[in-house]
Amino acid sequence: MKSLFKISTPAAVVTLALALLGSSAAVAQTKPWHNIGRDATPAEVKAWDIDVRPDFKGLPAGAGSVAKGEEVWEAKCASCHGSFGESNEVFTPIVGGTTKADIERGRVKNLEEGGSFPQKTTLMKVATLSTIWDYINRAMPWNAPKTLTTDEVYGVTAYILSLAEIVPADFTLSDKNIAEVQKRMPNRNGMVFYEPLWKANGKGDVKNVACMKDCPVESTIRSFLPDFARDAHGNIAEQNRIIGPVRGADTSKPAPKGPVGSSALPAPVVVAVAPAAGGSDPKVLLNANSCTACHGMKNKVVGPGFNEIAAKHKGRADAEAYLVDKIKNGGSGVYGAVPMPAQPQLKDAEAKAIAQWIAAGAK
Amino acid sequence: MSKDLSEVIGRVLPAPENHLSAEKLEEARKARRSFMGKALAMGAGVATTATAATRAMAAEGEDVILKLPEHTVGLGQPVAMEGYGKPSKWEANLQRRESPGLTRVSQASVSFTPLQGLFGIITPSGLHFERHHQGWWDIDPSKHRLMINGLVKRERVFTMDDLMRLPSVSRIHFIECGANSAPEWGNVALPSVQYTHGMVSCSEFTGVLLSTLLEMCGVDKKKGKYVLAEGADGSSMTRTIDMERAMDDCIVAWAMNGEMLRPENGYPLRLVVPGIQGVSWVKYLRRIEVGDQKYATKDEAVHYIDHMPDGTHRQYTGIQECKSVITTPSGSQTLLDKGFYNITGLAWSGRGAIKRVDVSVDGGRNWRTARMEGPVLPKALTRFNIDWVWDGKPAILQSRAIDSTGYVQPKINQLRAVRGTKSVYHQNAIQSWKVSENGEVSNVQVF
Repeated sequence: MKSLFKISTPAAVVTLALALLGSSAAVAQTKPWHNIGRDATPAEVKAWDIDVRPDFKGLPAGAGSVAKGEEVWEAKCASCHGSFGESNEVFTPIVGGTTKADIERGRVKNLEEGGSFPQKTTLMKVATLSTIWDYINRAMPWNAPKTLTTDEVYGVTAYILSLAEIVPADFTLSDKNIAEVQKRMPNRNGMVFYEPLWKANGKGDVKNVACMKDCPVESTIRSFLPDFARDAHGNIAEQNRIIGPVRGADTSKPAPKGPVGSSALPAPVVVAVAPAAGGSDPKVLLNANSCTACHGMKNKVVGPGFNEIAAKHKGRADAEAYLVDKIKNGGSGVYGAVPMPAQPQLKDAEAKAIAQWIAAGAK
Repeated sequence: MSKDLSEVIGRVLPAPENHLSAEKLEEARKARRSFMGKALAMGAGVATTATAATRAMAAEGEDVILKLPEHTVGLGQPVAMEGYGKPSKWEANLQRRESPGLTRVSQASVSFTPLQGLFGIITPSGLHFERHHQGWWDIDPSKHRLMINGLVKRERVFTMDDLMRLPSVSRIHFIECGANSAPEWGNVALPSVQYTHGMVSCSEFTGVLLSTLLEMCGVDKKKGKYVLAEGADGSSMTRTIDMERAMDDCIVAWAMNGEMLRPENGYPLRLVVPGIQGVSWVKYLRRIEVGDQKYATKDEAVHYIDHMPDGTHRQYTGIQECKSVITTPSGSQTLLDKGFYNITGLAWSGRGAIKRVDVSVDGGRNWRTARMEGPVLPKALTRFNIDWVWDGKPAILQSRAIDSTGYVQPKINQLRAVRGTKSVYHQNAIQSWKVSENGEVSNVQVF
């Protein structure tokens, strides 16, 4: 069909089309929009087809040692995930909760009733090693995804596995041995494919009946929101319309004591709309770029509080230029060993706005 | 005075004016009560007298009627002052919001739709819930491409120009995050329906059927059992979809509610997978791969899996089963008086259409069947309502939906009996709202 579109005279097209209609059923079935779009080139497919399946189809050749991985980890991963993958500051932990016995059995004991580990770590859950490799390769590091080399991805994967003693500390992971390492994944036998909740026409696993009258129910309230959580989501009065059959309860105050209608209604409040993100408001920038995930306004989180940084460089003549560099390129050692990753996504003007704000006292 | 509560039009009681002091308000209340009592005794036109009586007003009537307001006596705003119109400033309380403490980084977070204030079945696009895995983008649509590769006769690339030339469909579907209502597998944790159920939205989506594109590429229907959908953003979200579903009702969509998708919802292109959890509706869709095995991507191997009591995890449980919730009155709202209410809420099912919704006001002992308020469409939000006359005594409101397969929305204890309490996803239990004597509505669990 493709050649059809190269014929320029309408008469020729009509003649040829009629001939095709008469001669080939297959062509007659082809829809008139069939050739919209174009063929992908092999280089384009290679550039985008990066997924790695559980059978390791799609895995590029390469290798990375635990030592190499540790190097990359400390520079690009530890600030969010902790030096040993144990972080609970920014993201839930990757490593922890698995044992040698789990590696033998392929099931993680801590996932069963009575499990003692407080978190469900990645390595407790994941059954397929391909998943880890694929995800690091496609989505990490957090603020600069797809910038690791293939060997770095192997190295980082090896480092994570070594922390859980799935591979030894002197191990080099590669496309040649990854299938062997898969056989040591602690929860490799822990996944169940439950088809009824995958197929559109499956049947649910939980049954209720549509009783209408005098149905069996307990008379007790099993759970309710404790008083101290009343305002945990802000003042709900400010999250409801000011007209209509109901209002939001004023959760900034305790619940009214008397029956309905016995106390004065709060005056209707319409909250001011939050300022839009963007521009060069430094606090908006801090939030939009997740700076606040690691830096508190007045307290250390992973990195120092903004007030600490401001105090340290108070009076320094080149504070602004120094801070722009630190913000853009990252660094370590000034406030401890945990490195601050580079922030390549920040525009120069944005980095400057934040640096000026810190240099001016971070208020 | 004994009276039929259904005749009391307590519900039209407006909120007091801003300028009234607490003392004045109390005066107004007392005046209203005595006035309404007389009106009822005389069998007067209840609606009008009760409404008027709720204000501190002069004998001749209400100021807002008698003194013509500015907007009645002045000149209004010109056309096109807002090239793209916004909601009234009086509606600013209804915003999508984060749940404090739920996530740690706002680029990998959730904002919840304010279901407590919405009507009908369509979610305004600006209030559609958000779930981003690595931040959102506003992508130049002229540079966006969709690639289809893998087990196809010809691997193809489509521009937005190409896609938007193709035969299109427009369908109304709900999208629900697999983790909607997740914090309450154990105990009550959230104050209002925005946070308990606000990770569901419903829109009209316009796009080309995925089946059309797959046919154009010559999909290998024998070997190709699955497709992988992949996003163009940093997270490059990937999800496995079975071929049967891909060839059925999945849409490669560019539009939502008559306009292009909003950036937060995947502009310029997202996958619509009706009935399946939102994570499969890949945003910024850049690639569809046809394959012969499932892919076990991060969000099908570490997250969005169901932790069962025996320690195993169920993988690929994507269906959003039948669910419903009462949105008015709902958690942390307050009723203004006794009397008549039009209880209203939403029901939906990932397996088909809603067949029926029952409502209980006594914690599940007795049920009545609700009215369907608007259209009843497969895999779409469905609005129901039902009469209720509140006598001022404590009450527990519940809704229970039944879908076209006959599946009945379960109670939380029934869910737990099968799936335990360690699970995170796919919590579709009946929601209970307790109405207290003071008029406040709160989130409770009863079964």
